[in-house]
Amino acid sequence: MDLLLLTLLLACSLWAVLTRSLLMSAIALASASIVLTLLMFRLDAPIAAVFELSVCAGLITVIFVSTISLTKPVTRPELKQQTKNRIKRYWYLPVLVFVTAAFLGFYMVYPELPALVSLPDIDFRDVMWKLRQTDILGQIVIILAGVFGVVVLLKEKMNHDGQ
Amino acid sequence: MMVSDNSALFWIFGVFTVLLAICGFYCILVTRNFIRTLIGLELLTKAVTLLVVLAGYVSGRTAISQSLAITIIVVEVVVIAVAAGIVFGIFKQIGSLNVTKMRNLKG
Repeated sequence: MDLLLLTLLLACSLWAVLTRSLLMSAIALASASIVLTLLMFRLDAPIAAVFELSVCAGLITVIFVSTISLTKPVTRPELKQQTKNRIKRYWYLPVLVFVTAAFLGFYMVYPELPALVSLPDIDFRDVMWKLRQTDILGQIVIILAGVFGVVVLLKEKMNHDGQ
Repeated sequence: MMVSDNSALFWIFGVFTVLLAICGFYCILVTRNFIRTLIGLELLTKAVTLLVVLAGYVSGRTAISQSLAITIIVVEVVVIAVAAGIVFGIFKQIGSLNVTKMRNLKG
């Protein structure tokens, strides 16, 4: 089951890189996020998985789609030229992925991981709010910085009259 | 040598994480479109998130790995939002999403 989901994740990301349309690329990225969410559920991280689903599959897709629709689509001759170039530039990627997978799958030696001291089961909330308080502070600062960045970047330039 | 379940799981996921990272790097290196660069960056962060969650699962410290994964996701979304704003600003300036056309600072 894990192997199937991992293959699906890889297929979605390959689709996102190789597809010609930017919109399809954004949708492929969202589906990769959904598969990653399922993998996170299986890896016993449900809260991070929900976060991934709502933020990566939802918000980031909205950001990408709105950016794509705000910018100009390419014209037909440009598209023709791009398609010709794309095939030349992108056909290496599936080959590279396949070769790396074959190399890692057949020739690498995977040593046994060292045994870890089992810890008492700590609650996620305790870790998040008590142990990693600095992270929360950092997140708040980053979100504020991001908000200001977006506001400054998307602000319409005013004329000299202030209009 | 008999490999334990956790160890096998770690290496299988690890191989796929490497492949995902290769996809992201390739996308960033090869593309000439700004939005596709962001998509490559997104794929790279997905690989990192998966690796962090996997490490937490294998070592039995899922709480701390979830906390770190959430931090990564927050940073990722802010980076993508600001980068999308920058891409839109560049588009307004040069009227194209092609990176090769951005040569105003070329000496």
